[in-house]
Amino acid sequence: MHELSIALGILEVTEEEADRRGGVHVDAIHVRLGPLSGVVKEALLSAWQLASEQTAFEDSRLVIEEVPIAVFCSRCQAERPVQSIQQFCCVECDTPASEVVRGRELLVSALELAE
Amino acid sequence: MSAQSPITQPRIVHVRQNILKRNDELARQLRQRFQAAGVFVVSLVSSPGSGKTAFLEKTLTLLKQQQHRPAALVGDLATDNDAARLARSQAPVKQITTGTLCHLEAAMVEKALEDWNLNELDYLFIENVGNLVCPSSYDLGENLRLVLLSVTEGEDKPLKYPTIFNSSDVAVVTKVDLAAAVEFDWNAANANIQAVRPGMPVLRVSAKTGQGMDAWLASLPGRAMMPSR
Repeated sequence: MHELSIALGILEVTEEEADRRGGVHVDAIHVRLGPLSGVVKEALLSAWQLASEQTAFEDSRLVIEEVPIAVFCSRCQAERPVQSIQQFCCVECDTPASEVVRGRELLVSALELAE
Repeated sequence: MSAQSPITQPRIVHVRQNILKRNDELARQLRQRFQAAGVFVVSLVSSPGSGKTAFLEKTLTLLKQQQHRPAALVGDLATDNDAARLARSQAPVKQITTGTLCHLEAAMVEKALEDWNLNELDYLFIENVGNLVCPSSYDLGENLRLVLLSVTEGEDKPLKYPTIFNSSDVAVVTKVDLAAAVEFDWNAANANIQAVRPGMPVLRVSAKTGQGMDAWLASLPGRAMMPSR
């Protein structure tokens, strides 16, 4: 359970970005989360409630977009989804693939600001 | 917000900021310091009780015998028992007590290194808190991340915790002296490791009998295993 640390990280990034724009009100915070980030969506949502309490972002919504894993398949010579997080094989040709192209994301992608 | 703007319309600004950017930046700086001082850094992750400390004690002792200069940082929620065990190797050891935190972060490593001279070391081992979930997200500036799996834990650990196996560079199967007693299925274990991390090197060791320790040490700093981080 390290989602609280992550939620505090989101708070820090958001504060920085909001300050840079003159302390604007943030309606929503968009987060991109990959399955390989080691962070669980539901736990992060609860942690956000705790972390944002009594801050300027208490009523800012956390919008989490889950990014599916993609690998580079050496046989297809292309980006492909994997069969599952337990089976790092190309869905098209079954070739094992360890070069992760997407799926480790743990970032604040965008903020929705109130004008 | 202001009276002059009658139309309230949300505006989307793209930020693309890594949530752990502070940790990642610090880890990058640590990695540069380690490289400048010629220290090869290995971190160890596993569940509690998988034999990290025994493996590390053996590693430190053997490296000392071979006239190397190893040191270790050990993370635990509480107690400095592990540091006391590792100190028997005569290598410098420091305990990082994390309190309630379930993982180590780069800042803790930096702080623990404050009064050490990195130029006096060849190898630094960082034993993470026993946990197969949380440590996967945090870069500590290491060159190599080992994930340990003891034969007593069962062959399906990699499938249950794919993220930590996927984020590690080498899998170390420990307590192999007990493999026959627990009917450890090597083929299944290896298949599971390769399923979550194709091509992952797998080492088999017993800290108790010393089996596999030479092969492990011979692979250090192991250019073949060195990941391009």
